[in-house]
Amino acid sequence: MKIGVPAESRSAETRVAATPTTVAALVALGYEVLLETGAGQASSFPDEAYARSGAAIGTASEAWQADVVLRVNAPSAEEIGLLRDGATLIGQLSPALQPELVDALALRPITALAVDAVPRISRAQSMDVLSSMANIAGYRAVIEAAHTFGRFFTGQVTAAGKVSPAKVLVAGAGVAGLAAIGAASSLGAIVRATDVRPEVAEQVRSLGGEYVAVPTGETEVSSDGYAREMGEDFNRRAGLMYAEQARDVDIIITTALIPGRPAPLLITKEMVASMRPGSVVVDMAAAQGGNVAGSVPDEIVVTDNGVSIIGYTDLPGRLPAQASQLYGTNLVSLLKLLTPAKDGHLVLDFDDVVQRTITVVRAGEKTWPPPPVQVSAAPVTATAPTMEPQPKAPPPPSRKFVVVGIAAAALFLITGFSPNQLIGHFTVFALAVVVGYYVIGHVHHALHTPLMSVTNAISGIIVVGALLQIGHGEPVVTALATIAILLASVNVFGGFAVTRRMLAMFTRGPGQ
Amino acid sequence: MTATTAASAAYIVAALLFILSLAGLSKHETARAGNVFGMAGMAVALVATVGLAARSISGAGAVLLAVAVVIGAAIGLWRARRVEMTGMPELIAALHSFVGLAAVLVGWNGYLSVEARADEQTEVAGNLLGIHSAEVVIGVFIGAVTFTGSIVAFLKLSGRIRSNPLMLPAHNALNLGALVVFAVLTVVFVIEPSLPLLTAVTVLALALGWHLVASIGGGDMPVVVSMLNSYSGWAAAASGFLLGNDLLIITGALVGSSGAYLSYIMCTAMNRSFLSVIAGGFGNEGAAAVDRDYGEHTEISADEVAELLMDARSVVITPGYGMAVAQAQGAVAELTRHLRDRGVTVRFGIHPVAGRLPGHMNVLLAEARVPYDIVLEMDEINDELADTEIVLVIGANDTVNPAATEDPTSPIAGMPVLRVWEADQVIVFKRSMSAGYAGVQNPLFFRDNSRMLFGDARERVEDIVKALPKPDREAAGPALQH
Repeated sequence: MKIGVPAESRSAETRVAATPTTVAALVALGYEVLLETGAGQASSFPDEAYARSGAAIGTASEAWQADVVLRVNAPSAEEIGLLRDGATLIGQLSPALQPELVDALALRPITALAVDAVPRISRAQSMDVLSSMANIAGYRAVIEAAHTFGRFFTGQVTAAGKVSPAKVLVAGAGVAGLAAIGAASSLGAIVRATDVRPEVAEQVRSLGGEYVAVPTGETEVSSDGYAREMGEDFNRRAGLMYAEQARDVDIIITTALIPGRPAPLLITKEMVASMRPGSVVVDMAAAQGGNVAGSVPDEIVVTDNGVSIIGYTDLPGRLPAQASQLYGTNLVSLLKLLTPAKDGHLVLDFDDVVQRTITVVRAGEKTWPPPPVQVSAAPVTATAPTMEPQPKAPPPPSRKFVVVGIAAAALFLITGFSPNQLIGHFTVFALAVVVGYYVIGHVHHALHTPLMSVTNAISGIIVVGALLQIGHGEPVVTALATIAILLASVNVFGGFAVTRRMLAMFTRGPGQ
Repeated sequence: MTATTAASAAYIVAALLFILSLAGLSKHETARAGNVFGMAGMAVALVATVGLAARSISGAGAVLLAVAVVIGAAIGLWRARRVEMTGMPELIAALHSFVGLAAVLVGWNGYLSVEARADEQTEVAGNLLGIHSAEVVIGVFIGAVTFTGSIVAFLKLSGRIRSNPLMLPAHNALNLGALVVFAVLTVVFVIEPSLPLLTAVTVLALALGWHLVASIGGGDMPVVVSMLNSYSGWAAAASGFLLGNDLLIITGALVGSSGAYLSYIMCTAMNRSFLSVIAGGFGNEGAAAVDRDYGEHTEISADEVAELLMDARSVVITPGYGMAVAQAQGAVAELTRHLRDRGVTVRFGIHPVAGRLPGHMNVLLAEARVPYDIVLEMDEINDELADTEIVLVIGANDTVNPAATEDPTSPIAGMPVLRVWEADQVIVFKRSMSAGYAGVQNPLFFRDNSRMLFGDARERVEDIVKALPKPDREAAGPALQH
């Protein structure tokens, strides 16, 4: 089959759906590849490079007439008309946000696959274009902020005085947020990050950021109407936290997106007004309605108090060569899945959850929305302040005391009703149990086996019991005792010998 | 100083030496001294006991004693010298069964020499007879459970019977019922001691021990073996109560609590309660997840692995029971030496329940002369796996399964695992694509950064070693000294 890669028609789009590297991979899967001339120009991939990888160079209409068409953006109405009957279109179609596009596609006898609808399961990670684009966008958001921000990111002490480092707040620690944290902290800024999921704190720290949690509520909430009040209360506390941070930081980067819904407003007009002049806010959700009051898509807005709000929606496209490369690689992974025989024949298998989920139109039949997928624990790219699940309460400490109390009482009763002689033995026994526990408590994990074999040898001490029973008349007793001595001796000698042999093998490395 | 006080003094010395022995074994530096302390303690105890017994023993008894010790010692030393390190779990299980049987015999002797001759015996005062009877029953019971339990463990570990858990209907009720019956029999025996009753208790305990371990699967063997270790200690302690011998009580309690603690460590490592392991049956309910489509795995050849390793700076090897089965530890050690000569940082990550015995992997690697300071445990290595270029998973499966952390419906959900998938590249050595012990498919194999190297682990590792270019002696410089 033939794959066509037309140039992107959206204004200011710099990316392309295939690079020379990915073309070679597509050819290896058995496909013929035809590229519209100049399609890779904006990503600095000349036609010759594609030709060297085995692609044919043709016109736009030739590319659109291919069996499989690879695109970055959704096609326009005219472009849908260019597709031949039975063709397969693969691109970022955002079916949840553009139902009219899905309807328009379903009017043609074609198949349309939305790569931005790949389910977030680990197997599909290699095809997840949202992650790979978000990664680039997060990095670029920091670079744009640094460009607009009129100061250093890193702190310096110079002969001309001290320069304090910039403070950056990243809202949302998904893929984009984490990329932004990493980029900002490697530029030397003090980076803080917030997210409604406390479990990301570790990831934030691993990239050099400081995790700022939404403070927990002090007031006890009544049990009726609990969830709703919890949600409102949580949002109020999150708002207070953002207001406090806005007064303190120089740069805010917001990444909060909810799939299929408008982006939540995190930074209000008042918070922007409270920021110092010269501060920068990057609203990475500007295309979906914005996390920041006053952000305009694709523009920089400067407020009255001198705060710049950047609303660029083409952040991934500002690193065109690499964005194209990662996008193209995601498409190659998808085509690998769709070409099981590696013979250049695209086969769509609706039993496969990934293939089912991304298919919005099949042979002119609308198949969106797909049935819900059981997603693994992987969280969404960016999240907004929503209701927190209540953590399971740990058992109250009182339970421990109850258990200890019952055990103590039981021991007391058993001992109390025992004759004197037995009490002595009980004392020895109880103390020995405790000593045994503490002596073993810090054993190095590598020595568990030798420890077991030595305790095994020591438990051969039962030989003492048998020794005391042997040879006192009674032939049966003597016979049984003899067997017991024999068995226990095997243990004693065998156990110590094998421990000795094992310990001799443990050697330390040189020069440590 | 009479003979009795001398013996008591010797017992105290021996008990302290045993404590020193166990304490010594907690560190590599003092482990050998610990073993010596243990031997010294045992020698002191034996000499004192023989001295004590010699006063009243008959001539024939003395001869029998000497013969039994000599034969036992000969067998023990012979096995200790011959055993393969991969066979350690079986040996230890077998040794546990000996302690169990010895405890049963001592208990029976206690009955035969006291209760059976209630009218003429002088060892135990009349008012203490009830206590003595209870001690007999408890000692016999623990000993018998240890005995058959260890035998089943031995048979499973040595592959003589299948290691699948035996699932009788209502197996929990059976175990619980056995305990109740035991309690009832104990009370009856204390009131009216008789030989048939003691026999009944013995048979009941033998059956319980058998069933208990038979219903636990092969993958839980580290817990089972250390649990049996604990039981053998309690059996010795029970005999101590029976004979009024403090040395037996102390030693038994030391061994018992140490085994219990080891079992606890193992259970924590599997994120499961001790009771659920004992109750058995893990993994049988979780078979539902097997049908899921995980995508495709990618194969790699030994030569390609060698190429990857040549360019790597940091390599982590995570071995599992498969390495022991394939006897691959020598080849792995050889590979480690080659890589270290080339200046590659090689470390080992050991999951607490890897293998069939606590610390099993460490012993195997030590046998192959891998320095112990590059062998790290899970918690020490887990955070560094993300900075590792290549992880070699050799014969491990469930202990490196990402489903444990990512799939809450997985039967092994919540079990701490080695997060090998965070490394740049994971090479999995495996015989085939079959599921691990827990019957859970491993999504790791289908990850983009995973490559499967199929075949016998030892042969594959040897292939890699062959494919590596001979180390450049000049350039390797100081790394050559070992």
